[in-house]
Amino acid sequence: MNISRIGQMILPLLLLGGLSACGSIEPWVKPYERDRLADPIMFLDADPISTAYIQHVFEAREGARGGEGAVGGGCGCN
Amino acid sequence: MKLRRSGLALFLLAMSQSIWAGVLPDDRADLLYHRYEGGGVEIDGPSILIRKKVGASLSFVGNYYVDMVSSASIDVVTTASPYSEERKQWSLGMDYLRGNTTISTSYTSSVESDFDATTYSIAISQDMFGDMTTLTLSYALGDDVVGKVGEPTFERDNTRQHYGIGLTQILTRNLITTLNVETITDEGFLNNPYRSVRFVDPVSATGYSYEPELYPSTRTTNAIGIGARYYLPYRAAIHGDYRFFTDTWGIDSHTVSIGYVHPWGDWTFKAKYRWHDQTGAHFYRDIFSRSEATNFRGRDKELSPLTSNTFEFGVSYAFLKKGWNFIDKGSVNLIVNLMQVDYDEFSDLRTSAVLGEEPLYSLNANIIQFFVSFWY
Repeated sequence: MNISRIGQMILPLLLLGGLSACGSIEPWVKPYERDRLADPIMFLDADPISTAYIQHVFEAREGARGGEGAVGGGCGCN
Repeated sequence: MKLRRSGLALFLLAMSQSIWAGVLPDDRADLLYHRYEGGGVEIDGPSILIRKKVGASLSFVGNYYVDMVSSASIDVVTTASPYSEERKQWSLGMDYLRGNTTISTSYTSSVESDFDATTYSIAISQDMFGDMTTLTLSYALGDDVVGKVGEPTFERDNTRQHYGIGLTQILTRNLITTLNVETITDEGFLNNPYRSVRFVDPVSATGYSYEPELYPSTRTTNAIGIGARYYLPYRAAIHGDYRFFTDTWGIDSHTVSIGYVHPWGDWTFKAKYRWHDQTGAHFYRDIFSRSEATNFRGRDKELSPLTSNTFEFGVSYAFLKKGWNFIDKGSVNLIVNLMQVDYDEFSDLRTSAVLGEEPLYSLNANIIQFFVSFWY
């Protein structure tokens, strides 16, 4: 039995073990401790209509796109 | 002759992701007026967004957006003629919530005189670990049809695919963080049918002439972004974001932003600074040494090495806080962005300077958003 064969057998077990471990993670910030995170000033995207517009402007004026939390578009606007 | 302003799908997918995937977004309506003014270009128009839940597990969203463009940009005044045009875009989307899973789909159509764009998107979000973690996987497919005014038979296609992974993580009771990775591939006609490149031409009185640009027919871009938002000891928040971007055209960029939000009674004040720096595409030249000097050629200033600085100021006023009729609350908002772009290899040809001594171009833009929002 070569090393790659052993790896093929062990990998699914490791993944399964990892997922099992994930299932047992206890939330260290309890739901009743999230009042500040629920404050509108902490919203990641409080006004989606505004965020979409300004991302559109930056994509039009610069050569980069994506990676800002939304599936953006691409264009070569002038 | 005019320069194309291509359509851009502002996917409703972007508008549908709340921080908590296991909760549908609030019912709300937004009426926005936007205005961009800078570099000889004026773009304004409305955007209307309406979102409504149906039952406990479905939420629908629709958006209508218009760009009214009047352009006398530096590209236009040096190689073409000023023009006006209009782009209309509408979108429909749906979110379906089941347990801790949200499935979002959307359809977007953008139409202008020489550019049509259609986009379909789907995303799945899963809340995990006591709702402290939200994982989002997304995919979008875009089909563009590029035309050319004055040439009815000119029609070129472009297919665009987006692959995204997003992670939102609560770290402490005051801190929430994000990680986003996105790959976008384009295949088809990617250059602008109107734009030209400049090359040295000893026969010309100016010392240079123009020929059509020619881009590669494929492009793959990769971006990774991280962000954090922190609740300060008093009621205010600071936030920061960083993005690294790289693509197969040779553009690498870094984007950093930092912001502050401060509520005061019914008012909320916001300020943000954003810095962006990028290298240029490998086939970009301000001027080529001769006609058809390289296999691919471009002089789109957005593909030039550049640095941009943007200051944002925003103010919101909350009203109807006790509700009225079917309305729960409302807000009126004004956001102003002051943007400056300095191009490192894009000459300002509006001057009479001799070849090789033209000053570099820079752009200042004022971007205004005024909108009213209602929750119901």
